[in-house]
Amino acid sequence: MARMLMKGNEAVAEAAIACGCRYFFGYPITPQNEIPETMSKRLPEVGGVYVQAESEVASINMVYGAAGCGARVMTSSSSVGIALMQEGISYMVGAELPAVIVNMMRGGPGLGSIQPSQGDYNMSVKGGGSGDYKLLTYTPGNVQETCDLVQRAFDRAAKYRTVVQVIADGIIGQMMEPIEIKTVEPVQYDDSWASKGWDYKTGRGFDGQERPKSIINSLYIEPEELEVLTHRLFDKYAIIEKEEVMYEEYKTEGAEILFVAYGSVSRIVKNVIEVLESKGIKAGLVRPITAWPFPSEAVYNAANQDSVKKVIVTEMSAGQMLEDVRLAVRAIKPVSFYGRVGSQIPTPEEIVDFAIADLKKDEEFVLGGR
Amino acid sequence: MGVVFQKTPVLTDVTLHYCPGCTHGIIHRIVAEVLEELGVAERTVGVCPVGCSVFAYKYFNIDFHEAAHGRAPAVATGIKRCQPDRIVFSYQGDGDLASIGNAEINHAAMRAEKITTIFVNNCIYGMTGGQMAPTTLVGMKATTAPLGRDSDHYGFPMKVSEMIASHDGAYYVERVSVDSTKNIIGAKKAIKKAFQYQVEGKGFTFIEVLSTCPSNWAKTPVESIKWLQENMIPAFPLGVKKDKGGEA
Ligand SMILES: Cc1ncc(C[n+]2csc(CCOP(=O)(O)OP(=O)(O)O)c2C)c(N)n1
Ligand code: SF4
Repeated sequence: MARMLMKGNEAVAEAAIACGCRYFFGYPITPQNEIPETMSKRLPEVGGVYVQAESEVASINMVYGAAGCGARVMTSSSSVGIALMQEGISYMVGAELPAVIVNMMRGGPGLGSIQPSQGDYNMSVKGGGSGDYKLLTYTPGNVQETCDLVQRAFDRAAKYRTVVQVIADGIIGQMMEPIEIKTVEPVQYDDSWASKGWDYKTGRGFDGQERPKSIINSLYIEPEELEVLTHRLFDKYAIIEKEEVMYEEYKTEGAEILFVAYGSVSRIVKNVIEVLESKGIKAGLVRPITAWPFPSEAVYNAANQDSVKKVIVTEMSAGQMLEDVRLAVRAIKPVSFYGRVGSQIPTPEEIVDFAIADLKKDEEFVLGGR
Repeated sequence: MGVVFQKTPVLTDVTLHYCPGCTHGIIHRIVAEVLEELGVAERTVGVCPVGCSVFAYKYFNIDFHEAAHGRAPAVATGIKRCQPDRIVFSYQGDGDLASIGNAEINHAAMRAEKITTIFVNNCIYGMTGGQMAPTTLVGMKATTAPLGRDSDHYGFPMKVSEMIASHDGAYYVERVSVDSTKNIIGAKKAIKKAFQYQVEGKGFTFIEVLSTCPSNWAKTPVESIKWLQENMIPAFPLGVKKDKGGEA
């Protein structure tokens, strides 16, 4: 596809279709409505199906049914809607079903606001649903990267038989940028587990392949069996932790201040780094592209340089990723936090002022705007 | 000597876990026989609920999805929409369908999803030990209505078939019972018709089956059947509530 100017949400839909997604179940919520709207128009054109569900609870369970048939399926929503999906997500993880979920985050708690936020980091990577599980979670920083990561998410979901999330602050969904959507031929992973019709007389699936009867299920009434499932999940997560960590390092070498930020905030921080440079302060950035698995080693190594005096985490939240950064830094350097809450977007100036003042202080935790 | 009677091969040989006298087993057998007789078992996908029939996937010799509590119609929607040539059914209890999953079942009916729902109404939450359900009769005791359902406090039993039939998207809705040979024959006829309509690509089909729960009703199997006949059938009138295919 040629380069074109496109809104983030539309681009998500087109990128999904261009890598073989043919099923979408969703429920309207701002600021992601262009995703279902685009899907409702485009999927029928490519032989796919769009269904507007009665709620996010229903949409995630429709995704469960489609994924259980081996379909390439996704849903999208925003914050409170994703919160309603947590039960279904946990079931999908337990049943080892592949699907992609896009969360265009808005302000919370509660109904919050319809403006951008990064307040769902914890819900996304610390488990929103019940039980022991992890979700591979991407945090794109611009529209092009969102498209690429949505496509990667479909592949990894199928590869690992798991739910993969793409979480972006609402800015990315609403912003227009020139992008190129690549056409991706889906890799065929084993899907003999899919449950979509089986003949007890021949022991073959509907497609003619020999296989046992297939049950999509997350119920393991015997503790021994549930333990086996959970071990299997965590073996899978160990591979994901090894193979799937993604991050960007920006001017970290010899930095005095090491910023850690993701999504739209990381773009603001890049401006901050230029301003600080002009004032004679060297600063750099580690930008996590996967929130889980978190790029702990990269953050640690960057922080471990002699030059680094301070690690500063900036988020459009009250310090959710902050905890992962603290764990990664292992107290070798002071970790300060500057965040804006309530869907307020921090300006480069306020972060610059904070950073300069912070250099003279110990660890600080500041929620800006007051 | 030749075999004169055999259970349908659409049921597995796994021993059912249902309590003695529970009519879930009869309903399973009817569904399985119907799938065999229509010759569609190999292209049928079942969806079971959270409730006593949670293990239905073990008992049917077909592919199955186990859904979250109340969400079976949404799961069935996902299956049917991406495999439209498959026969898809959900099998749900009254807590699952009429309480926590009320939105999902009504919207499946509204959308005219081309699926079949077997709704097992036993007026109680069986699996969790006899708590009040939306279908619990006024005055009937439950562990969370120890003095009996008080309509001032808890309202009145939900007439689910009548509610589902009110949707233009519902193609065929009938309430049946499995309390007698006659009614079992009638139940099978209705369930077969529902699946037949689905085979023909018609809209949403829904069969409510009045069923017993001797364990939580604290009755013997025989007393339970009698109680169903004397109390449930008057409260939940049997019969066709809607049949867009004609003969209603
Ligand atoms: C979200 C959620 N809430 C509650 C439960 C507990 N629960 C399990 S089965 C059940 C009720 C089942 O009753 P019914 O649907 O009437 O089926 P029956 O057991 O009578 O066949 C409940 C409340 C659950 N599993 N999940
Ligand atoms: S508890 Fe009730 S519904 Fe459940 S198996 Fe026993 S008798 Fe049947």
